[in-house]
Amino acid sequence: MTKSYQTPEEAKQDQAYLEVLAELIYQLADDDLFISHRGSEWLGLAPHIEEDVAFSSITQDTMGHAAMYYQMLEELGFGKANDIAHLRKPEEYRNALLTERPNGKGHYKEDPDYDWGYAIIRNYAYEVFKKARLDSLEKSSYVPLAQTAQKIKREQFYHLYHWEVWIDQLAHSTEEAQNRLNAAIKKTWEDLESLFDLGAKGEAMVQLGLIESGDALKQSFINRFQAKIEGAGLEWPGTFVPLENSGREGKHTPEFLAALNELNEVYKLDPQANW
Amino acid sequence: MQEALLSREQQVWEKLQLVTDPEITSVNLIEMGMVEKVIVEGNQVEVQLIPTYIGCPALNMMEEDVIEAVSQVQGVDEVKVSFLRTPIWTSDRITAEGREKLKEFGIAPPPLIPKQEGIWEIECPYCNSPKTVMNNIFGPTACRSIFYCNSCKNPFEAIKPV
Repeated sequence: MTKSYQTPEEAKQDQAYLEVLAELIYQLADDDLFISHRGSEWLGLAPHIEEDVAFSSITQDTMGHAAMYYQMLEELGFGKANDIAHLRKPEEYRNALLTERPNGKGHYKEDPDYDWGYAIIRNYAYEVFKKARLDSLEKSSYVPLAQTAQKIKREQFYHLYHWEVWIDQLAHSTEEAQNRLNAAIKKTWEDLESLFDLGAKGEAMVQLGLIESGDALKQSFINRFQAKIEGAGLEWPGTFVPLENSGREGKHTPEFLAALNELNEVYKLDPQANW
Repeated sequence: MQEALLSREQQVWEKLQLVTDPEITSVNLIEMGMVEKVIVEGNQVEVQLIPTYIGCPALNMMEEDVIEAVSQVQGVDEVKVSFLRTPIWTSDRITAEGREKLKEFGIAPPPLIPKQEGIWEIECPYCNSPKTVMNNIFGPTACRSIFYCNSCKNPFEAIKPV
């Protein structure tokens, strides 16, 4: 039985624990931040108005989850939540590569040639993973994190469901839809391992009872994702592609910097401003 | 003497009845099930709130509104609002009065037993007909979905069960 920590003050007493805990929260926060930044770029471009309402609502919820995690880092003494979100160096961001990939070619302001199939599959993969991770975090040794996970799960239920509806409907429509979804699964697969990577402190996270191992999360992911994909008649790619770079170590894709700069642009104009 | 005066805590609760969700102005925060506790220590008051949705942009406004309202209680110098992590807000926290007022606002209250399912059934807040269909789980705010009533032909919104 690992020791549990009830409050930020308690966690701050144990330096070794605090470091590992913070590393995990950075991953949680940055994942939600980047997937929702990519989601926000879809605003006004989704296939129809109902989807625009739904996707932006999911994105808003998810950005809220990121904000809550940054707030937890603030409570643990890592600076102001907004500064943590906006003012770190690029190599200090800990998000998985899947969450930062561009939506497609072009820019949302100019000639966006985004791939809706990829939006569905990438977001579904992320949400299935997120659910597995939240299930695990509910048992975390850091009690405030366990409570937060419980809260987020009630919102996240609808996000997961939303992408399943898209898969079920499109997979049973036209051949073109099936081909596009299968292509999107292949593309998503290139980055899938990045989700289960817990970074250099991963083993310590597991030992300290903060979260289950990446392998355990992967197994939960496979159980749900494979059943959904195969049930819809789509192609399950099987083996995963090994990671080349770890976002958990601050090694990001070439497109990451542009996204980060855009995300921080307004905040950096005047970090002292009141919002 | 004493029974003639409301305690400071009671006065705070009375003020809180005037603070509404800025996106649903007919229902106050108590009826929404968002006020967990009021702690009065001398001239200082702490109001503990339970956030509905984490990313709800109305939370900051509600915080400001609570501070403004409670500051009007005589003898109160300092008002602090804290958002709790636990208990979590579930849609069954909305009071019976709150449910009625939601309907007056054209919003269907959530099912009484909040089971999370993809699609749920709800009566029309205008004509009480059960012949309604969901148009979108997601609506104009994080906590609402969009429905259509096949009986009175009105579109309406409903609080999402969480």
